[in-house]
Amino acid sequence: MKKILFSPWTKRALFVICLIPALLLVWRGFTGDLSANPIEFIEHRTGDWALRFLLITLAVTPLRKIFEQPLFIRFRRMLGLFAFFYVCVHLLMYLIFDQMFSLSGIYADVVKRPYITVGTAGFLMLVPLAVTSTAAMVRRLGPKRWQLLHRLVYFCALAGVIHYYWLVKSDVREPLMYGGILTLLMLFRVRMWLQKSTTNKPQPARVSV
Amino acid sequence: MLIRKPADLRYSDVTPKNVYVNRRRFLAAGSAAIVGAWALPTPAGATMKLNNVVKSTYKVDEKITPKEDITTYNNYYEFGTGKDEPSRYANTLRPSPWQVQVGGMVDKPKTYDLDSVMKIAPLEERIYRHRCVEAWSIVVPWIGFPLAALLKDVEPNSKAKYVAFQTLYDPKQMPLGNRAGIELPYVEGLRLDEAMHPLALLSVGLYGETLPNQNGAPIRLVVPWKYGFKSIKSIVKITLTDKQPPTTWNLTNRAEYGFYSNVNPTVDHPRWSQATERRLGELFKKKTIMFNGYPEVASLYTGMDLRKNY
Repeated sequence: MKKILFSPWTKRALFVICLIPALLLVWRGFTGDLSANPIEFIEHRTGDWALRFLLITLAVTPLRKIFEQPLFIRFRRMLGLFAFFYVCVHLLMYLIFDQMFSLSGIYADVVKRPYITVGTAGFLMLVPLAVTSTAAMVRRLGPKRWQLLHRLVYFCALAGVIHYYWLVKSDVREPLMYGGILTLLMLFRVRMWLQKSTTNKPQPARVSV
Repeated sequence: MLIRKPADLRYSDVTPKNVYVNRRRFLAAGSAAIVGAWALPTPAGATMKLNNVVKSTYKVDEKITPKEDITTYNNYYEFGTGKDEPSRYANTLRPSPWQVQVGGMVDKPKTYDLDSVMKIAPLEERIYRHRCVEAWSIVVPWIGFPLAALLKDVEPNSKAKYVAFQTLYDPKQMPLGNRAGIELPYVEGLRLDEAMHPLALLSVGLYGETLPNQNGAPIRLVVPWKYGFKSIKSIVKITLTDKQPPTTWNLTNRAEYGFYSNVNPTVDHPRWSQATERRLGELFKKKTIMFNGYPEVASLYTGMDLRKNY
């Protein structure tokens, strides 16, 4: 297992797997299979995958603990960057085809449409995380500050879920499902932090013995 | 000027599509085969050619949306909330036999079967713009007759002020209905003067054939100056009333969907802009026009605050 996780080929294979949703969209584009509303189709698919990759990224730590495989961490940065990649395509589609880069239109949307406000906030919070994702940036920031900054990802995922929930007209099953998954992933962390804080506390009874 | 010919077409007279498409093979087959073919029930989801359709002067100089797009990109929540779902799942709807009950504040309440519906008025083809509240639009060659013709047939009495419509709700035919997130049966309504407007159409077909199930077979309303959800599908009941009838999307979210729901680029949906729309098949959005480009309906709303009466 360790050998597999260490192998550079595993990482390369995962990279290709993460690209599949994008490649499928390109394939559908060539075969004319992007529905009657291709722009919306691409926007929705890339939005879905951005949110899914955010949640998969957030699942890395719980999975590491549950399966006691600390090496899973090797893939986390790539998964997070794929979330960022799909968000960028999602946003570019909106900027180009929905707004034609009209600044006033974009501004009006961000100010007046809560789902766009929260989506924009989610994107803006992701940018510094993508920028500081390199090993050099971790060293420059120092692991403590880096980790603190990267806690923003929780809010990015929350923004993604709310963005989706506020967009749908009546069938909220899918956004609620993502909300449920995010809740589970966060509860795992809360439990982890609670455990840590109890084990980290000085324990006078033992000290005095 | 429309030349009105007596309607001699019966719904049961129209040729099933699978028959006329394969007419050579059909003719070649012996008489035994012909008897066999007619004895078979119409396959679910099959459309049939409509004959004796008069081309109407109601048309627009814009590219008609391909049939493929009109019939695979639908909102019909009884068959799933995804745009592609109705075209995949609406084959469980049985559009024939069908009855439309028309009653309420009328002098001559009637229940129409499809044959008698077809006799109300000659069928016309009208090419209308269709603008969804979700800011996409299409251009559709509908086939139908004015709603006014049906209303005149039942003779609304002097108390009638509104017309209420109801879609079929049969969980057996619509198993996905319980996931729609809206209360069913789907209901809609118009003010009587809106319903009597010559633009208001009862449609039984598109692109020369009977309506595909996902487009609201066998009979639906088309109100081209209002957002698409007003154009209720698969109608089973029409009731004249003196009170403003409840409408499904208004019941679902009062602040977002009003009773009138006229296409209006200056009044935004609370969550998105209505100033522009994406015409299916076009890459960039275009400007939305007041009343969806049907200014002749403006007189219905003189003196009304369209911001309040959204």
